[in-house]
Amino acid sequence: MLLIRCPYCEEERPEVEFSFAHQAHKPRPEAAGETLDDHNWARWVYYQKNIKGVAHERWNHAAGCRKFFNAARDTVSSEILGTYKSGETPPVPESRVEGEELSFDYEHGEAGA
Amino acid sequence: MSQTYRLPSGGRIDRSEPLSFTFDGQTYTGYRGDTVASALLANGVHLVGRSFKYHRPRGIVSAGVEEPNALIDCNITDGEKGTREANNRATFTELRQGLTTKSVNAFPNLKFDIGAINSVMARFIPAGFYYKSFLVSTTMWHRLIEPVIRRAAGLGETDEVADKSRYDGHFQHADIVIVGAGPTGLQAARTAAKSGARVIVVEQDTECGGSLLRDPVEIDGMDADLWVATVEAELAAAPNVRLMTRTTLSGIFDHNMLTALERVTDHLDEPELTDEHRPRMRWHRIRTKQIVLATGAFERPLVFRNNDLPGIMFASAVETYLQRYGVKVGNTGVFLVNNDMALSAAIKAKEAGVDVTVVDVRSESTGPNTEKLLAMGVSFYTNHTLVEAKGSKRVTAAVIAPMSGDGSAIAGELTTLPCDFIGSSSGYNPIVHLHCQSGAKLDFDPTTACFVPGAPVGATPTLSAGAAKGLFSLNDALVSGADAALEAMQAVGVGASEKALVSASEEAHPGNLHIRHLWLLPSDKPTSKGGKFWVDFQNDVTAADLQLAVRENFRSVEHIKRYTTLGMATDQGKTSNINALGILSDVLGVTIPEIGTTTFRPPYTPTTFGAIAGREPGDFLDVARVTPMHDWHVNNGALFEDVGQWKRAWYYPRGGENMHAAVDRECQAVRESVGILDASTLGKIIVKGPDAAEFLDRVYTNKWMKLGIGRCRYGLMLGEDGMIMDDGVSSRVAEDEFLMTTTTGGAANVLTHLEDYLQTEWTDLKVYLTSVTEQWAVASLNGPKARALLSELCTDVDLSPESFKFMEWKEATVAGIPARIFRISFTGDLAFEINVPADKGMALWTALMTAGAKYDITPYGTEAMHVLRAEKGFIIVGQDTDGSLNPHDMDMSWIVGKDKEDFIGKRSLTRKDMSDPMRKQYVGILTEDPKEVLPEGAQLVNLADAPAKAAPDNPVPMQGHVSSSYWSSAAGRSIALGIVKGGLARKGETLVVPMPDGRNVKVTLGDTVFVDAEGVRQHG
Repeated sequence: MLLIRCPYCEEERPEVEFSFAHQAHKPRPEAAGETLDDHNWARWVYYQKNIKGVAHERWNHAAGCRKFFNAARDTVSSEILGTYKSGETPPVPESRVEGEELSFDYEHGEAGA
Repeated sequence: MSQTYRLPSGGRIDRSEPLSFTFDGQTYTGYRGDTVASALLANGVHLVGRSFKYHRPRGIVSAGVEEPNALIDCNITDGEKGTREANNRATFTELRQGLTTKSVNAFPNLKFDIGAINSVMARFIPAGFYYKSFLVSTTMWHRLIEPVIRRAAGLGETDEVADKSRYDGHFQHADIVIVGAGPTGLQAARTAAKSGARVIVVEQDTECGGSLLRDPVEIDGMDADLWVATVEAELAAAPNVRLMTRTTLSGIFDHNMLTALERVTDHLDEPELTDEHRPRMRWHRIRTKQIVLATGAFERPLVFRNNDLPGIMFASAVETYLQRYGVKVGNTGVFLVNNDMALSAAIKAKEAGVDVTVVDVRSESTGPNTEKLLAMGVSFYTNHTLVEAKGSKRVTAAVIAPMSGDGSAIAGELTTLPCDFIGSSSGYNPIVHLHCQSGAKLDFDPTTACFVPGAPVGATPTLSAGAAKGLFSLNDALVSGADAALEAMQAVGVGASEKALVSASEEAHPGNLHIRHLWLLPSDKPTSKGGKFWVDFQNDVTAADLQLAVRENFRSVEHIKRYTTLGMATDQGKTSNINALGILSDVLGVTIPEIGTTTFRPPYTPTTFGAIAGREPGDFLDVARVTPMHDWHVNNGALFEDVGQWKRAWYYPRGGENMHAAVDRECQAVRESVGILDASTLGKIIVKGPDAAEFLDRVYTNKWMKLGIGRCRYGLMLGEDGMIMDDGVSSRVAEDEFLMTTTTGGAANVLTHLEDYLQTEWTDLKVYLTSVTEQWAVASLNGPKARALLSELCTDVDLSPESFKFMEWKEATVAGIPARIFRISFTGDLAFEINVPADKGMALWTALMTAGAKYDITPYGTEAMHVLRAEKGFIIVGQDTDGSLNPHDMDMSWIVGKDKEDFIGKRSLTRKDMSDPMRKQYVGILTEDPKEVLPEGAQLVNLADAPAKAAPDNPVPMQGHVSSSYWSSAAGRSIALGIVKGGLARKGETLVVPMPDGRNVKVTLGDTVFVDAEGVRQHG
């Protein structure tokens, strides 16, 4: 069972107090001033990254302060490399395996689709 | 004479406390300190079980938790109605007065088991027999094969009496957890203890000492007992150390979360009478910073023909029974070894007066133990193989022969050695289970021929020491224990302590085992002919099975495991897996590390479910939420349904009413007079702040900016995917405040969904959300007489339709209680929802019931509520919708604000697929026969596709399904709602519902409103 540090409560708490929300840093396309076609919009809605390695995730301290925050978690070992408030810079970058670049750019849509 | 095989002295048993117990109805005597296995062996009993598949006679092979054969059923509480527990290991079950045990998997009895005929039929039930049987016809499988397999296979029987034992749970926190209190663990513990760190030492055995209990070697010039006692005293004196015996560390989970099972009372005489407040077991959840694994090693047996006969056991087990329990397992023993260390068992047996012969598979045997045995005059055969064991219910002889130089074949005459036991050793396997559970890998060490822990990894690193690390020399083990503790202390950041220097007699525990690994001993016949070479005793897997699996082209060890069931029994292959890998490596022509191991999963040993449930079985399993009026519902005979965690009144049967009659009566009361519903469970969220209206505008599909104070509006909430997520009425309390209601089951999800947007997307909006679901109690009055009744209890507000309109709310006093009255309706009838502070809920309810008597006020439950809303076609999110339906599908385009700038789900709703006319759409469904009530979930098919009779082999395309279906007295017929492909344009069309009984029920699609189509009643 994970031990997660809530960056708002500034304490390590057991996993049962938290719930996983979804991928972090997935800005709404309209916030980026983009208008997506149906295909790319559907990709934005339905697709999430599935990273083997360090992933940036959004968690909710559901049975605590109820704040949403972000965590950099290694999806292989479940090691949490750091948690941070929304708006803050991730402590470590996400893993990207060369040649396995995601076919969808979450900020600007999928080019040419 | 009893205990014939008990030595006149010695052992760690208490001879002043004889205990009597039974095994399969026969009474035996043992001593305090015995296990069931040691007491049976003292009485000369070796045959204790029948094997899983072939029902072969099986005996005790080990002296610990790894035991594959000696499974027993024993009483946990005494008396005729006492609870029993199956599949306990006799080698790990402590003897107590009054223990009654029996063997498992034998029918009709242990000595004559009819299932043993499987042994004769063995050629017809090879590896993968179970899977191969799937290839025969289905009928044959169901009628013949499955019943036969079910009767013959399986281990002990589950007791049908409820477990009366009490269990407890315990949370603990530590800096360093040390697993195992053998010499390595004790050395680690005393080192860590001096640092002041919080240390927990967990030992599954009844006492500390580990290998010293069977092989007491001098340490630091002290005899083993004194050394252990000295360390124990040090630990007891250290306030920062907790030593737990009879506690099994069963699992390692993420971020250093450990689980441990402590057996508290099983070893006590009449445990349930000893102390009624003590639990039978405690389930410890330990969060630690560092983990030191000093878990030791298991011996593994050599694999030869008929190696499963009772009387054939591990060499170390023979030694344990002699040294720890004062029991010799037989009078004439053959020790079959491939390493130096196992020979110490032969020395102890010889010293105890056993007639000993040693068969050593190595070409040379020159260590100090060998020299000692030769000096004692023991017959010693080197470079010999054990061709086969003879005997039926007990081994009677070992047939041996010299081997060829490479150990692949016999090369010489057979010699028969009469014996009544064989102690065998093929080396040792470090107990790496916990190391692997932590996610770390294993390395193969060819010199000791075993897997040793690889580098620790990830978020839960573990430090292994001693035999668990492959260090079989006692000196090395002691040093590694101290080293591991020092490393753990450094990681924790506590003060370093002096490294304790220790020394043990090097002679007794040489570092080098001088092992020769022969995974399968050569014999005079191949493995497929004559007797079998057993690898996994508990699941009856033989060397021939493994070879067959490879011939059938299984390559991955994970596949071979599942195909042959190797290592899948309750012992999880503790003694068999490495031998199997060795045999596979020979057949496949690859090295053992290339094959790899199967996955180690928790728990380490079988765990009683009750212990995991702890204090939370039955009513304590989950939270039950009840409304302030709950007791009234209970006292008035309501039946309840679970909605999320809520207990909601379902219906209130009167007299001998069945559900149908009660619901029908409740519905009619609402339509004709007045009904009252406890609606307190609806989710209620205060939305407050300058941007509250803007916020609602973004989360609902319709418009909210201009809703006046005192007005209510129905809202539909979509997910980002444009699908319906929740619905409810929200009311404007003030310019900057709304009260939002949600569905009962969706309240928590909605709040989280809204918080997510507020906190991460719309951080500029000034809005706070507060859940007030449990702060308000709600009584909903529905029916034409609702106003007349309410006006008797509420005089400070004009309730007339002119001044209190539909979809308005007012503050008022009801029965002297400050209240908020909402004129909103989920029944389509005149309705007032009265909200009062939760603690006034019961007072409000009883006042309404008392005043309502003259109107024949009728309490109604959720079932009638469902019928009443269905009569009006109102959807229930989650029943009529399923997460794949958008507002257009539900014929609710009217609620989607087309000229709104944005709302959650807007962009998705404009996707082309979302307006496909052939999407499933919401319709009313009327049966041809008005009395026919369709089952919910029934499928609709086109008239032309209607099957002549229900035929599973002849599927027809499904057009949709029935989502809600009831008898409606108000409509005078059955009514149903559902979703059908292109349904909105198909109203009037006839479809067919094929029923489970083979009938085809004709239905007509139509409108979703069945009562008061004009909608006048709710405005009344």
